[in-house]
Amino acid sequence: MAADGTQHPLKIYWIMWSALFVLSTFSYLTDFMDRGLLRHFLILLFMLAKAGGIVWIFMHMGWERIALKLAILGPPVAILVLIGLMSLEGHYVEGSRVEHYGESTMEVETPGHH
Amino acid sequence: MSEAVLEHGAKTPGREALVEDWSRDKQVFGVPWGKAMMWIFLLSDTFIFSCFLVGYMMVRISTTDPWPNPSEVFALDAFGVPVPLLLIAIMTFILITSSGTMALAVNMGYRKDRKKTFWLMVATAVLGASFVGMQAFEWTKLISEGVRPWGNPFGAAQFGSSFFMITGFHGMHVTAGVIYLLVVAFRVKNGFYERRGGNYEIVEIAGLYWHFVDLVWVFIFAFFYLW
Repeated sequence: MAADGTQHPLKIYWIMWSALFVLSTFSYLTDFMDRGLLRHFLILLFMLAKAGGIVWIFMHMGWERIALKLAILGPPVAILVLIGLMSLEGHYVEGSRVEHYGESTMEVETPGHH
Repeated sequence: MSEAVLEHGAKTPGREALVEDWSRDKQVFGVPWGKAMMWIFLLSDTFIFSCFLVGYMMVRISTTDPWPNPSEVFALDAFGVPVPLLLIAIMTFILITSSGTMALAVNMGYRKDRKKTFWLMVATAVLGASFVGMQAFEWTKLISEGVRPWGNPFGAAQFGSSFFMITGFHGMHVTAGVIYLLVVAFRVKNGFYERRGGNYEIVEIAGLYWHFVDLVWVFIFAFFYLW
């Protein structure tokens, strides 16, 4: 790291910094879209772009050797399995709740703005 | 440390470098131990935050009650017009700004520019503290509107427990980060690291933690506030 990566010019930080501002603005703008496939796709896209930039440039992962990259970035992939399993289980639980207790009869307020 | 780095031949390409590093019968990672340990700590923290977010996903999917619409719950009035997620957007930009100042501080640290490193780290800490302040405001607002960990007037009860747990744990990380950054900043200023051989890797290690806090917020913003 010290040999090849610590003295890179500031330019790359300015680019990354501006990119984060632009991407965050885009993320925020998705809130004005209707909920649906496109909105959720864009939320994930901007999220992953921001996360990738932070890890790769700001946290210098791009300049590390592959042994460290794999040791740190490999294990979190397992979380995808957990997400998949819990999503299946969640839908099953919701289905059985509706089946046994019926649809929700909850009366909700619209949040007021003060 | 510089010896260790030189031994890890920087020119070896991808897969061969991996085999080489793991089969050397020596330390595997060609980085200072503090940095490797910080990365491993952050990996464990990744799993904690992931468990929180997956738990939130699970309760949001499985509840039959309507989920409160975050863009309405977190709207603020600006000049009489409700703007969705206004404060959350400001908090997001503050955290990104602080990530930028931190990245510059790391760079200045390696250039041994102690004065700039100090001030950039202090700026980062001040931005972090203002983030926590806004979060306190957000919590106060929601609590005054009747949001509790066990229920709220806007929909599914699990909204409150997910919100307080996830943002609370993240806020705690920001608070710890502010303290950590200030400690390192003042040590940079008073020459503590100069007396220990002028090694400023600690600034990069503190930076890793700080960027991670920003990274977690990216996921919370996407999954809790926007989804």
